[in-house]
Amino acid sequence: MKRLDQLLPIVGVIGLIVVWYVAVWCEVVDPVLLPSPTQTFWALWKGMTGGVLGFDFFMTVRRTIISTLIAAAIALPLGIFLGSSERLYRSVEFVIDFFRSTPASAMFPLFLVLFGVGDKTKISVAAFGAMLVILFNVAYGVMNARKTRLLAAKVMGASRLRVLTDVMLLESLPQTFIGLRNGVSLALVIIVVAEMFIGSTDGLGHRVFEAQQLFEMPDMYAAIFAAGALGYGLNLLFLLVERRFVHWSGK
Amino acid sequence: MPAGPMDGAPAAERAHVTIRGLSKRFGNAVIYDKFDFDIPRGKLISVFGPNGCGKSTLINMIAGLIPINEGEILFDGKRLNEIKFGYVFQNYREALFPWLRAIDNIEYPLKVMKVPSAERQARSEKLIAHLGVKIDLKRYPYEMSGGQQQLVSIMRALIVEPEILFLDEPFSALDYEMTLFMREQLQRVFQETGTTTVLVSHDLEEAVYLADRILLLSRHPALVADFVHFDDARPRTDETLSGAEFIRVKAHCLEVFQREVRKG
Repeated sequence: MKRLDQLLPIVGVIGLIVVWYVAVWCEVVDPVLLPSPTQTFWALWKGMTGGVLGFDFFMTVRRTIISTLIAAAIALPLGIFLGSSERLYRSVEFVIDFFRSTPASAMFPLFLVLFGVGDKTKISVAAFGAMLVILFNVAYGVMNARKTRLLAAKVMGASRLRVLTDVMLLESLPQTFIGLRNGVSLALVIIVVAEMFIGSTDGLGHRVFEAQQLFEMPDMYAAIFAAGALGYGLNLLFLLVERRFVHWSGK
Repeated sequence: MPAGPMDGAPAAERAHVTIRGLSKRFGNAVIYDKFDFDIPRGKLISVFGPNGCGKSTLINMIAGLIPINEGEILFDGKRLNEIKFGYVFQNYREALFPWLRAIDNIEYPLKVMKVPSAERQARSEKLIAHLGVKIDLKRYPYEMSGGQQQLVSIMRALIVEPEILFLDEPFSALDYEMTLFMREQLQRVFQETGTTTVLVSHDLEEAVYLADRILLLSRHPALVADFVHFDDARPRTDETLSGAEFIRVKAHCLEVFQREVRKG
C-alpha cells in the first residue's frame, strides 16, 4: 500500500491527459485552438531540444535568477538589520506592506522611464517585487527568534553581535527560505509578463505571446508548460537547498 | 548590611550567594519586597512554593535573566559578570540550538569564551567521561528524546565548570519515566561536582528527594516560609522515598505549603 501511495500524484496527471484526449476526440473545442497532448508534447520536445523554445527558456531562467539574486542581496542584510530591532521594523512596516501589496506590474511604466526598454527594466521590476517579499520574511524570521534561545546565548555570556550571528541569523533561516521561495515565484511571474509586452525579443513570455499571434497553438501550449515546469522546478530547487542547509526546519 | 543567618539557616554554613534587600515588581504586583536570603555553598537547594509566588523569578533574577528593581545579589562578594555559572531552562527544545550537533551545543559556551578547539574537545571528553554519558552526541537535538536533550542542556551548563548551577523546573516537560531517570542523572552530577545547585521544582517529592535544603516560599510578596534541611545520605534511592526521615520532611514541607496556600 505504502509504495502505491507514492504514485498518487501521478493520478491527477493521467486524469488531466485523459480528459484532454477525450476533449480533443469529441471536438469539444475547435481543434485549431486545442491540439492533442501528443502534438503539444512533441512541440515541447522539439522546441526544447533544438528549437527556439530552449533559448527562450534559458533567457527567462537567467532573468529570474538575476533578479532574485539582486533582491536577496538587498533584502537579506536589510531584513536582518530591520528585524534586529522590533521598533525599527514597526516604523517602516507600513511602507513595506504598502509596496508589497502594490501590483508590481503597476510599476512597469515608472521603471521604463528610469531604465528604458530592455532587460534592465524587466529585471529591476522583478527584483523590486521579490525584494519586498524576501525582506519582510527575513525581518519576521529575525524578530520571531525564540526568546529562550536568545536568553540561553545571553546567559552563556554571548555578546550582542554574537547573539545576532550565532542565534538570530540561524533562527531566521527557515522563514528566510519561505521568503526566497515566494520571491523567486513572484520574480518569475513578473519576468514572464514583462517578456510579453515590453518590446521583448526573447523569453518564455515572448514565446507564448508570439506563438499565439502566429496561431501556432501546439507551440503556445508547449511554452506554457515550459513556464510551468520552470516555476515548479525553481520552487523544488529552493526546497531541496533548504532541506540540505536548514535541516532543523519544522522540527 | 548584616550577613547573619536567615530563617533557620545555621550560622556555621558559609553563604555562597547573598541576597540583600531584593525587590521586584511586575506592574502593580509586588513579587519580592526587601527579600534577604543566603544560599549555602556546595548544597543542592530546592525552591518550592505556591503557583505564581516567584520561584522561577527568583533564580532568573539571581542568574541575571530578568532585571531587579532594588537590592543586591553577590557571589562570594563578586558580581554576576565576574563568575561562571550554568543555567538550565525548562524548555530544552527552545534552549538548545537545533543547527548544532549535541556535542557542539555542549561546547558552545567554551566557544563564546574563545577556548581553542582542541581544549574544547578535551574538556567535553572529560565531562562525558565524568558523568558516564553513553548517548550518541553526534546527533542533532531534534533527533534525541526529551530526556537526552535535557541532559545535553545540563552538560552545556556544566562544561564551563560553573561555580553555581541553576535549573528552572528542568524535568517538568518530560514523561514520568524520563523524569525518574533524569533525577538520578542530576544527583550524580551533583555528587560528582559538588557544585552549589539551585533547583526550582513544582513537584514536592522531587524537591525533597534531590535536596539538601528546601526553600519554601510564601505567596507574593514572597518571604521565606521555611528553610528545611534534608540530610539523608547520597546516593539516594527508591528506599529513600519510603524512609522515615524523607516522609517526615515531606510532610512538614507540605504542611508549610498548605498553610501558605490557605493564606492567599
